[in-house]
Amino acid sequence: MAKTYNAGVKDYRETYWEPDYQPRETDLLACFKITPQPGIPREEVAAAVAAESSTGTWTTVWTDLLTDLDHYKGRAYAIEDVPGDDTCFYAFVAYPIDLFEEGSVVNVFTSLVGNVFGFKALRALRLEDVRFPIAYVMTCNGPPQGIQVERDIMNKYGRPLLGCTIKPKLGLSAKNYGRACYEGLRGGLDFTKDDENVNSQPFMRWRARFDFVMEAILKAEAETGERKGHYLNVTAPTPDEMMKRAEYAKEIGAPIIMHDYITGGFCANTGLAQWCQDNGMLLHIHRAMHAVIDRNPHHGIHFRVLTKILRLSGGDHLHTGTVVGKLEGDRASTLGWIDLLRESYIKEDRSRGIFFDQDWGSMPGAFAVASGGIHVWHMPALVNIFGDDSVLQFGGGTLGHPWGNAAGAAANRVAVEACVQARNEGRELEVEGKDILANAAKSSPELKAAMETWKEIKFEFDTVDKLDIVHK
Amino acid sequence: MSDMQDYASSLADAGSRKFETFSYLPEMSAEQTRKQVEYIVSKGWNPAVEHTEPQNATGSFWYMWKLPMFGETDVDSILSEVEACHNAHPNNHVRLVGFDNYAQSKGAEMVIYRGKAV
Repeated sequence: MAKTYNAGVKDYRETYWEPDYQPRETDLLACFKITPQPGIPREEVAAAVAAESSTGTWTTVWTDLLTDLDHYKGRAYAIEDVPGDDTCFYAFVAYPIDLFEEGSVVNVFTSLVGNVFGFKALRALRLEDVRFPIAYVMTCNGPPQGIQVERDIMNKYGRPLLGCTIKPKLGLSAKNYGRACYEGLRGGLDFTKDDENVNSQPFMRWRARFDFVMEAILKAEAETGERKGHYLNVTAPTPDEMMKRAEYAKEIGAPIIMHDYITGGFCANTGLAQWCQDNGMLLHIHRAMHAVIDRNPHHGIHFRVLTKILRLSGGDHLHTGTVVGKLEGDRASTLGWIDLLRESYIKEDRSRGIFFDQDWGSMPGAFAVASGGIHVWHMPALVNIFGDDSVLQFGGGTLGHPWGNAAGAAANRVAVEACVQARNEGRELEVEGKDILANAAKSSPELKAAMETWKEIKFEFDTVDKLDIVHK
Repeated sequence: MSDMQDYASSLADAGSRKFETFSYLPEMSAEQTRKQVEYIVSKGWNPAVEHTEPQNATGSFWYMWKLPMFGETDVDSILSEVEACHNAHPNNHVRLVGFDNYAQSKGAEMVIYRGKAV
């Protein structure tokens, strides 16, 4: 029998709370951490979140009856305590795949983290994880090239790649900037990098930078016999301007460009990634503004979700934190999102903050980039934590070498190779790191000087665990 | 400035050319090489040997020495092929490869015998 129309306001839970619902293989699943206003039952708040992030609004409307709401609505289907925190709880919501435009992380996140985050019944709301069904993953373009193709393009195998962000981040002329790149690359780096806020300022317009940096790459390649690149940042005020810079990078033969996917926006990023795939370009992704969104444990979006968005939107490298550097992050949690970035199937694992199984099918993985306050003494831990499919980026840790960038680069290159060699021999890097580096320094005066410049650090790190699961 | 060391590398000096992984370390001893072969075997990768004239080392394709040794796990057999390739091409770079067929990539690649720079 057809439903009848009754105007008015009814509880969300009557429509959007379905504890018996069995999620379908094709549903998008989301885990929210909800901090409700006092006095509202959990089921009602969870249902409200499901409603406001899918089909619902605050009142009954007659047009609800012109469609099949049961087919389109999001459903809150489970509630769990947050270990060690009584102010909030987890709510699991299932969304039918038909709610979302194919291949559009823009559309998915306009729903999942849209109006609902300002909803008055909530004190705070955090999107902890999202399970993208393989059916949706297959509609997204993903990383332009992926790890395997990048290794073939750059001819780097069996070790992490090495990079360096050029400093000072702002104020150098294009030619002086190119010099800094050249010195790093000839010393043994695989990549140098524009800092995130290097776009096209008056002191160094993008085109002059691209030209001088390309000259640096070509000379360093001829000199070392190895393939080199520099992440040319094409992040720009408008998509047209971004594409203009990307096209020019391709024209001069640059292998890799760079974009800031959060400040630049998911729409621009997805388009750029598609273009990179069509044009054989690699795409390095920076994450400026992420900490605004992911740092508060009660509100925002967890970085593991931002990682998934990037993998779907497209990028061949993503900054993931270092665990050990100046921007210390939780080790277990970092390992979780590194897997989400690189592996093809990731099992639910609450000890690493992963709430759902995630199947990426044939979508390529991307390199994890460790950058920020790291130096040669961190190398054993970095190789151990990040493994081969990573880019280890030493900015100050290269440029701050007392003999200059080339020596700084050589020191890091010797150190990373020594650590990989030792790891392959079955040695414990985080225990024997000091001996491994000291031994390598015997044949590398550059490494010896670097080790004297930066003081030794401890190799056995305690896990500074901020995951909810271990707070209790 | 007297403590500072110059970074010696130039277009003119063929000795400045590197050849990727482990080329910034001293040549490996026989014992060290054996451990790298053991690592490749332990990973379940397929060992292979490739070589090239040093001046052509930057290309994607070096000369294959026979076919990759699919399924070979005997470390001495693998080492003897590396040596046989070196004996046949004493002036060339000879590298050891571990093909990871799941990643469809090379899990390991390193030059074992360094050719004469020209």
